[in-house]
Amino acid sequence: MKPSAFTYHAPTSLDDAVRVLAEAGPDGKVLAGGQSLIPMMNMRLAAPAVLVDINRLPGLDTVRVDTGGVRVGALVRHTDLEDDAQAARTVPLLRQGLRLVAHPVIRNRGTTVGSIVHADPSAEMPAVLALLGGSMEVRGPSGTRSVGAADFFTGPLETGMAEGEIAVSAYFPRPAPGSGTAFVEIARRSGDYAMCGVAAVVTLDADLRITAARCCYISVAPVPLVVDMAEAVVGAVPASADLSAAADLAADRIEPEDDIHASADYRAHLARVLTERALAEAAEAALRETAGPGPHTTGIGAMR
Amino acid sequence: MTEELHEIRLRVNGIVHTVSVPARRLLSDCLRHDLGLTGTHVGCEHGVCGACTVLVDGRPMRSCLMFAVSAAQHEDITTVEGLAGPGGEPHPVQRAFAECHALQCGFCTPGFLTLIAGYLEDNPDPSEEEAREAVSGNLCRCTGYQNIVSAVQRAAELRTAEVVGGPARAAEEAPAPQPHSEGGHQ
Ligand SMILES: Cc1cc2nc3c(=O)[nH]c(=O)nc-3n(C[C@H](O)[C@H](O)[C@H](O)COP(=O)(O)OP(=O)(O)OC[C@H]3O[C@@H](n4cnc5c(N)ncnc54)[C@H](O)[C@@H]3O)c2cc1C
Ligand code: FES
Ligand code: FES
Repeated sequence: MKPSAFTYHAPTSLDDAVRVLAEAGPDGKVLAGGQSLIPMMNMRLAAPAVLVDINRLPGLDTVRVDTGGVRVGALVRHTDLEDDAQAARTVPLLRQGLRLVAHPVIRNRGTTVGSIVHADPSAEMPAVLALLGGSMEVRGPSGTRSVGAADFFTGPLETGMAEGEIAVSAYFPRPAPGSGTAFVEIARRSGDYAMCGVAAVVTLDADLRITAARCCYISVAPVPLVVDMAEAVVGAVPASADLSAAADLAADRIEPEDDIHASADYRAHLARVLTERALAEAAEAALRETAGPGPHTTGIGAMR
Repeated sequence: MTEELHEIRLRVNGIVHTVSVPARRLLSDCLRHDLGLTGTHVGCEHGVCGACTVLVDGRPMRSCLMFAVSAAQHEDITTVEGLAGPGGEPHPVQRAFAECHALQCGFCTPGFLTLIAGYLEDNPDPSEEEAREAVSGNLCRCTGYQNIVSAVQRAAELRTAEVVGGPARAAEEAPAPQPHSEGGHQ
């Protein structure tokens, strides 16, 4: 189908964009990569009267990496972030998540910030932001503010952004030293939204014991759901950690629903299985991280 | 209400076109209806089938998920009509598709051709697994994917031979696997 008519603006400064969006009020929408908004407009699930195309705004297409983390501008396409080697070294979970977002052709146009603002509970990058405790920088008529991930995701396709605000960037902090991460999911077809997905971060101390572990769940809750796994696994070495206790913690918190893609029971089953896989993979990565660069083999035996 | 028209300049296959379109005109429709470039096909209009794939500044993108007014911000758009060389010789991907029987009805073909042409610029020598992953976002309902995956790898060989010449040339000259070739049993 075809989208309904709208008034189109393509401002060339952020101030103009904020002003035009404010004037449009509730009828206005930002157009970034359009990979979620245009399908919805084509199907007439969305019919904004005014579109503010931000693709001409200068300075928003940069990835900035420092020792603390990675800041991603609003016009950075998924593909460009995925290809950024420095970003991948600093926050490996970025690339681990991006590889699971749709297909490469969609990633060539869609933006990572747009996907976070869209706040689909099945999307990967909101989960990456939530798991790492990142934040969004948003700009509105009354200035710029930063919103932490925990306050940002308020419901399915709902965020803590106010009407008239534009997201300028997303900040992904680097996990603590000794940490490893993983993102695993199961989808019906390659590139589809997952029926369930789990991102995990595991942190080890110098004795290779787990000091912290968290998972974040997609497609089984109204928002990307972060579950602290400390209770189940802290103090253990990865090889003897009780992953099934961690799966129990997840099972208590998720709220899976039936839909045409999968039953709630099946999603709950996937959440258990994927919790164990994600934690095991993240622990592996943490062991490699702790071993540091240079020739080495992984596994606890090799560390002694 | 008459809809406001925007006059835009689109550079498609090296030619600059000036067209007046409403803001809601999808790039796919602009190419087909306003410019008469009907090689770009339209299947689902929500990003799932890939029939509408074109190259935007060299990168494959869905033309059904872009407005013509936004596309006008880009330097260059290549559709399937623009893949052939200056003398009309088919692009290596087009030759590979013919050679490997990678099409039947041809509905999905323009999307695959533009996708693969763009992909090979960044990944000139994909493994079979990479080739499979590269085409996984496009749907074909009749040929099946085996021949399409073979065509990606064959196109890579042909392209390398063309770009680099030299030793890889041999790949082009070697007879392609054909079920009924050179004499033998009739
Ligand atoms: C076939 C297909 C499969 C897909 N599969 C997946 C998948 O598996 N996982 C996944 O995560 N995503 C998937 N996507 C969605 C894709 O990741 C989108 O790129 C992303 O969700 C939206 O980013 P965008 O830049 O395209 O935003 P747009 O579509 O332009 O915008 C989306 C929404 O966010 C708002 N918005 C965007 N940017 C801003 C901003 N800077 N400030 C304020 N508001 C803004 C818009 O107003 C709109 O409401 C898929 C898309 C398609 C078409
Ligand atoms: S028509 Fe564009 S992806 Fe199907
Ligand atoms: S050749 Fe017919 S759909 Fe692919």
